Amino acid sequence: MTLGADFTGQKFKSVGTRPLRPDGVDKVTGRARYGADFNMPGQLVGRVLRSPHAHAKIKKIDTSRAEKLKGVKAVITAADLPDLTGGGDMFDILDNCMARKKAFYDGHAVAAVAAIDAPTAKKALKLIKVDYEVLPHVTDVDEAVKPGAPLLHKHMFTGGVEPKPKKPSNIANRCQYGHGDTEAGFKEADVIIERSYRTEQTHQGYIEPHACVASVSPDGTAEMWVCTQGHFVYRQQCAELLGIDVSKLRVTSSEIGGGFGGKTHIWAEPLALALSRKANRPVKLVMSREEVFRASGPTSATSVDVKLGAKKDGTITAAEATLRYSNGPYAGMWAELGAMTSFACYDLTNVKTVGYEVLVNRPKVAAYRAPSAPMAAFAIESAMDELAQQIGMDPVKFRIKNAAKEGTKSSYGPVYGPIGIGPTLEASLKHPHMKAKLGKNQGRGMACGFWFNFGGQTCTDLNIGVDGTVALAVGTVDVGGSRASLSLVCAEELGIPYEQVKAVVADTSTLGHNDMTDGSRGTFSSSMATIFAARNAIKVLRERAAQMWDISVDDVVWEDGQAKAKGQKHGNLAPLSLKEIAAAAPNTGGPIAGHSEIVADGAGVSFATHICDVEVDPETGATRVVRYTVVQDAGKAVHPSYVEGQYQGGAAQGIGWALNEEYIYGKDGRLQNPGFLDYRIPVCSDLPMIDTQILEIPNPKHPYGVRGVGETSIVPPLAAIANAVSNAVGVRMTHIPMSPPRILAALEKKKAH
Amino acid sequence: MVEVALWGALSAATGGRKTVDVEAKDIRELFRKLAERYPGLEPYIERGIAVSIDGVIYRDTWSKELPKDAEIYLLPRISGG
Repeated sequence: MTLGADFTGQKFKSVGTRPLRPDGVDKVTGRARYGADFNMPGQLVGRVLRSPHAHAKIKKIDTSRAEKLKGVKAVITAADLPDLTGGGDMFDILDNCMARKKAFYDGHAVAAVAAIDAPTAKKALKLIKVDYEVLPHVTDVDEAVKPGAPLLHKHMFTGGVEPKPKKPSNIANRCQYGHGDTEAGFKEADVIIERSYRTEQTHQGYIEPHACVASVSPDGTAEMWVCTQGHFVYRQQCAELLGIDVSKLRVTSSEIGGGFGGKTHIWAEPLALALSRKANRPVKLVMSREEVFRASGPTSATSVDVKLGAKKDGTITAAEATLRYSNGPYAGMWAELGAMTSFACYDLTNVKTVGYEVLVNRPKVAAYRAPSAPMAAFAIESAMDELAQQIGMDPVKFRIKNAAKEGTKSSYGPVYGPIGIGPTLEASLKHPHMKAKLGKNQGRGMACGFWFNFGGQTCTDLNIGVDGTVALAVGTVDVGGSRASLSLVCAEELGIPYEQVKAVVADTSTLGHNDMTDGSRGTFSSSMATIFAARNAIKVLRERAAQMWDISVDDVVWEDGQAKAKGQKHGNLAPLSLKEIAAAAPNTGGPIAGHSEIVADGAGVSFATHICDVEVDPETGATRVVRYTVVQDAGKAVHPSYVEGQYQGGAAQGIGWALNEEYIYGKDGRLQNPGFLDYRIPVCSDLPMIDTQILEIPNPKHPYGVRGVGETSIVPPLAAIANAVSNAVGVRMTHIPMSPPRILAALEKKKAH
Repeated sequence: MVEVALWGALSAATGGRKTVDVEAKDIRELFRKLAERYPGLEPYIERGIAVSIDGVIYRDTWSKELPKDAEIYLLPRISGG
């Protein structure tokens, strides 16, 4: 951490205003270039052959007929890629990009071609003969842990268990968090709730499919244009997988039509590079929507058991959760994140969470906005609501009574500093939404959510042009308006108008390494780096002004975008503006710039409370969200409109997840709904205007008090909507999505009793 | 000397200890001494461990000093979306 990162409580002129985003005009006029909008001379079309089987041994792949087809320039299989067997995480990443010995899910890549056009590439895929030995499969998270379930990996023994198990299993790891004595805590409880919950697998649903153009030169250098949340990390991983020198692979990130975590993982990019290397031509590879669904980025399906006990006065005495999360075919830490976040909102004396990473024949799970937290929150916040009802307490007041605060030992271990869960609950209690009348068949629900947020490696360059305008080059991909936020921060530090700054996302050859835009870190980290880069530029500007005046730099201060000479002896010197100093730069030492390379640690944790009203049609089981309010702590909202956008976006995705979205697998282990017609994400007409309330509880470890805001907003919706639906229909809903058939089934069950 | 709390998986790699006392001035020295004393921790350190110091999580700043009375908690290095 660079010195001076602590919050100082300064007053702002630019930060907190709402100017238009610098990328806005290009986006609404179609000028903005996304992943598939880039072309290179002589480029080929890349296409991928995918397994139709959920689980199959690849006995042999014959590519000879495809290779002979006129117009085909390269065909690759795993044999054309390095064999990283035994190489841990990198093996898993590469094996997911291209199956080596086994296809682990419907859609798993087994071969790829590069041809002069799409029809030829498509024809070539049909000429590739793959000899499969089809194996028994398992796609359901609960089925996969049963004794006798088909095993994905015969060498997989559950980690985190002592002694080491003697039999292999689909459970890759067990983890446990918590403190106190839950058994003793439950003995103190007057009321205990025990329930099991399920959530189905969902996709991030980004509108833009994965797309890239790769060009590998015979001299060992390479370029890639790609839609990603982290071009530096894509460069690092692709270079490592393909044996390219990192600095010889130049990666440029395109505009991004949504990522939400799904574009923090590489998918087809190594294949495009390998095809280009083999064909000695640029290769463009764009995944179809069906491929995106079948072979990229879903979140976990989950199965969670919760036990909660409380005294009649509302004090929680003990809390337990057992979480089983599907991982796809490779071990991740998805259940662990669920176990860590489950009870993070509450101040608990006795708490225990156990997570199981379950391998299934589905695509490799990828991060999805506050990964794993929404499903855990659904289970815990549903149980919290039911417990509040049973002891006859208002659900918000029940949560306030048990809310974590500064000094609380969190359920995942550390003690909290200043946090916002209490204030979001208090604000929700006072919000007019809470008092609004409900209509027929309507119900109200609320829920809380937590996410860690983090920082990471960040690098920013600030170059001042001869006319005094400022070019800000950042390395975190702009997924939600960060170029506007970072321009505001730059303007704030330099004391110049926002319009004088132009922010761009630089390619990997023009900046030092930047971690990805994930963990809600884009604006948090890059604003910190921008502040330091600007402060470094101001040092240079003061030196240049001192030269121009021929006085000591110690007598020069920077105020309101101008150099001012301080002290009576310089009283007759008029201030020098940024423009004047920039114009003189050629004769005062050359270009003026400020740089910053940091590790932006100290991201503050984030909390939110959501309130939701729904109307359920008892005839059809269809649910309509009629009112929705997000209350969330932002630390400091740099650009409030884009903070609100993040809050609304998270809520909108959560609404889709809660009510409609679901991967549906057939008995054959094949995905039945890989398209937006059958996998329905919410559109504008499905949603009410989502109200937002930004709270600002400064993060003490950021100069402006900024916390990340991108992820937490998706954590409470599943639970808030489930609580609202349960209140509307009078049946506790325990299975997400609450699609019309599930609601009708619940209503039928209620009638039968 | 600082007391360092371990999460479950690290606890298993240290013979069941929930906390360990380490003489370390910063995160770098902490990791070095932990790896020397408990070789089973080395793979975890290589994969990435986050260090919570008085509730603030540090993932990469190995030069971060460990104050004597601070609450120090080791956590898995998490990923986000």
